Amino acid sequence: MASMRDIKRRRSSIQSTQQITKAMKLVSTVKLQRARGGAERSKSYFTCMYDTVSNILARVGHVEHKYLMPGKTGKKAVILISSNRGLAGGYNNNVAKLVTRNPEWKPEDVLVYAIGSKGRDIAARAGFEIREDHPEIMEQPAYADAMFLTNRLLKAFEDGEISEIYLAYTAFKNTVSHIPTLIKLLPVEVEAGEAQDGAMMNFEPADEEALDLIIPKYIASLIYGGLVEALASENGARMQAMDNATSNAEELIDDLALMYNRARQSSITQELTEIIAGAGAIG
Amino acid sequence: MAENNGYRLRVVTPERVFYEGDVEMVEFNTTEGEIGVLPGHIPLTVIIKPGILVITEPEGKKEAALHAGFAEILPDGITILAEIVEWPEEIDGNRAEAALQRARERIANRDSQTDLARAETALLRAMARIEVLK
Repeated sequence: MASMRDIKRRRSSIQSTQQITKAMKLVSTVKLQRARGGAERSKSYFTCMYDTVSNILARVGHVEHKYLMPGKTGKKAVILISSNRGLAGGYNNNVAKLVTRNPEWKPEDVLVYAIGSKGRDIAARAGFEIREDHPEIMEQPAYADAMFLTNRLLKAFEDGEISEIYLAYTAFKNTVSHIPTLIKLLPVEVEAGEAQDGAMMNFEPADEEALDLIIPKYIASLIYGGLVEALASENGARMQAMDNATSNAEELIDDLALMYNRARQSSITQELTEIIAGAGAIG
Repeated sequence: MAENNGYRLRVVTPERVFYEGDVEMVEFNTTEGEIGVLPGHIPLTVIIKPGILVITEPEGKKEAALHAGFAEILPDGITILAEIVEWPEEIDGNRAEAALQRARERIANRDSQTDLARAETALLRAMARIEVLK
């Protein structure tokens, strides 16, 4: 049996770890609330955007527009949104798996645009080429960042460097459920719904020119939505992971307390036996 | 149709819902020129150019600087998806003046390197900001 001193030392070490996990849980709870507010506020923008774009596409039908056709040359590009910090359970691994374990993707056909250093490292280890790396965006995602990325990607698309653009992020359903999601950004695939209550929508400028201007905005809004949802998911995942760690530590501490008490009792018993035996020998 | 019973205006940005309410008229700048929208307008989608957004409410007028995005106009309401839109009290007048100067200089001293479209947009933006502050 381990000595009393060893048990005591181990218990205090676990206790200080527990204090850290508890503090981290509190911090990520606060961050989660803030991030969730951001994700909800951006939702109405995105919903309007989606409706408008599907409305336009329903009207123009099968038009040969550059953003609606896959590029003929080039690789696939994927924006991989992960976090810069660990200790978030399986969060980073789960979203990176969408890229690294995708059966249809080979490392040599895919260019990774990494946002968040953890996902970048996982993809790099799996042999994917990291085309661009923007860990700083994840600290405070802004719409300007999404526009910046959109412009770079669309330029590469128009130059024929890439043929398709995907977005891998973690969708935030609620505090405990975060779903790694892979969506295709380009060519645009929107369910061409019915035009709203039969009213004919007019465009100024005309359809195709309007598409030129609206589709980049649509993609930027998707990327922005991905960023803010990923941020909320990251903090949610970390909160859960830290909550589990805290309760595991609690359990370990209880076990160790029991072991410690037993060890103490047995040492007292032994001392007593020795004293009594000694006294018997003298008497 | 053209009665003023609740023409709905929504201005949404990626970060927030900027404005939501019933209005009498909305005026703003588009790529095709300035337009004023009254209730019962035919369905129309327009691309926004930097300019002033004038919202006429039953109680009075409100102004804001509207820089980029697009608007979906329907007979019973209008939705503006704005990338950047600001109330006058959110604008830094000195910064706008400085930006106006910079943009003017860039256009005046332009060479083959200058991104003229960008400089012009910056100029329009600064002008819209300053105009709204007046």
